[in-house]
Amino acid sequence: MAEERINAEQVKHVAELAKLEFTPDQLATFTGQLEKIIGMFEELSTVDTTGVPVTSQVNDRRNALREDVAVKSDESERKALLANAPETANGLIKVPAIIDESGDGE
Amino acid sequence: MDFFNQDLTSLHADLVNKKISAAELAQATLANLKQTDAKVDAFLNLNEDAALKAAQAIDAKGINPANVLAGIPVGVKDNIVTKGLTTTAASKMLENFVPVYDATVVEKMLANDMVIVGKTNMDEFAMGGSTENSAFKVTKNPWDVSRVPGGSSGGSAVAVAAGQVPVAFGSDTGGSIRQPASFNGIVGMKPTYGRVSRWGLIAFGSSLDQIGPMTRTVKDNAAALNLIAGNDVNDGTSSKREVPDFTAGLTGDIKGMKIALPKEYMGDGIDPKVRDVIQAAVKQFEDLGATVEEVSLPNSRYGVSAYYIIASSEASSNLQRFDGIRYGFRAQDVKNLEDVYVRSRSEGFGDEVKRRIMLGTFSLSAGYYDAYFHKAGQVRTMIINDFNKVFEDYDLIIGPTAPTPAFKIGDEISDPVTMYMNDVLTIPVNLAGLPGMSIPAGFADGMPVGLQLIGKSFDESTLYKAGYAFEQATDFHQATPDLGGAH
Repeated sequence: MAEERINAEQVKHVAELAKLEFTPDQLATFTGQLEKIIGMFEELSTVDTTGVPVTSQVNDRRNALREDVAVKSDESERKALLANAPETANGLIKVPAIIDESGDGE
Repeated sequence: MDFFNQDLTSLHADLVNKKISAAELAQATLANLKQTDAKVDAFLNLNEDAALKAAQAIDAKGINPANVLAGIPVGVKDNIVTKGLTTTAASKMLENFVPVYDATVVEKMLANDMVIVGKTNMDEFAMGGSTENSAFKVTKNPWDVSRVPGGSSGGSAVAVAAGQVPVAFGSDTGGSIRQPASFNGIVGMKPTYGRVSRWGLIAFGSSLDQIGPMTRTVKDNAAALNLIAGNDVNDGTSSKREVPDFTAGLTGDIKGMKIALPKEYMGDGIDPKVRDVIQAAVKQFEDLGATVEEVSLPNSRYGVSAYYIIASSEASSNLQRFDGIRYGFRAQDVKNLEDVYVRSRSEGFGDEVKRRIMLGTFSLSAGYYDAYFHKAGQVRTMIINDFNKVFEDYDLIIGPTAPTPAFKIGDEISDPVTMYMNDVLTIPVNLAGLPGMSIPAGFADGMPVGLQLIGKSFDESTLYKAGYAFEQATDFHQATPDLGGAH
């Protein structure tokens, strides 16, 4: 394992992957805390796991399938769903433009 | 009214004999709840009007004498969706979220005439062990209001411990039912993974999450699990196994039961006063005719690390859905779509949730996946193998639920690693998908201490049987906190 487990640059990169942003102060705090937690994780590197399979679920079923049948919602359900959207227009969910529309130099 | 001197059996008798109507019970429950909640802050949102209406409808129909849960007031953790009733998961992200459907467990509560009186406080998105991570309020431990109730199901635990409701439901991903049950001196069951449908439970760690009941007594808990257990077409991980009557084996007779005590659960990291309580419990089980022998779960010490990698990785994926588009919080003055995602998430999530998302994203990222996520999955297998080996020779495992009694509010919140270690005894059970239950086993410096019972897969019945026998032989479950009332 590397000497330095995680630095501010890496934390910033991970934040970008996770669609989060931090102020410089928050970045410093998070880097310190993540460094400590990941430091704890490193005890796992001492465990001999040669040939041990990975467990990713402990479910007693495999491939639980059902018929793919559309269930129709009524108008009141549609309204209730849309009521949870931050912004709507004409019965649709409204989002800002994908490309910045504020013009060059804002 | 409070529920310190009543259990489901006596309440049911009163309802059937019309000593009290469901409407009167709901009214009395809400009146007391509002008064006591000023001290403990267990609830985020009350369901007053709908509860009273539902109770009146139950009275009009009549209490079903065969259904011990009919007309019974219940609290529901706020990460379990309730149609038409705001469900926040204690996050600013979902502050105004009104679900359009009921979780399967909620459907079952309503279909069986339970009366939902409100939604209980929790750590945001169930991430935490003290309920201090709620975006809205800090719940207090009724045994000492300067202490945390544990978490993440802290509100549900307090609601039961403070006598506000006879039953509440929580969820448990790494100990979130059992640890607050321990801290509050009540009974909390995390069922086997797959025993209860997760449909409508706001997802955190999907291979670990289970909903379970929190009550004052073992028998009440078994009755509540009877209600929610079973296969659900909406949850492909819910088991098709037959669901037994969990109240059936409660005889008090556990002669010949073979109990294992892992030495790792009684080690240096455990408060000596907690160890004393557990030693006394061991003696109690021996007096009841069970045998208790020391065993080893050598890889359980790696559980915390493996868990925080696996649970955080699953969380980072599950919480991608909170993007400020279809529901939930959206940041103001955003310029473009990327801005909506980043700013809504950064402003809508609290620090612990961000930490878990970061840990998960890191563990899954290129260059680290093998050392962290893959390795954690292998260690998970080793932890499961440890349990399997013990269960070849024993009926159940006992030990403490948490290393300490409830700590002070504010003491651990700024130190994530210390906070994470609270889960060291409960986490292995989630990683293995086993059933685990905490029951009141005594006190340390006036604060409750829980005994954890861990069972074979789908063998909740043995936990209830053993827990009931212990409860019959002791009176810890009868102790009640002094909330300034006449107790």
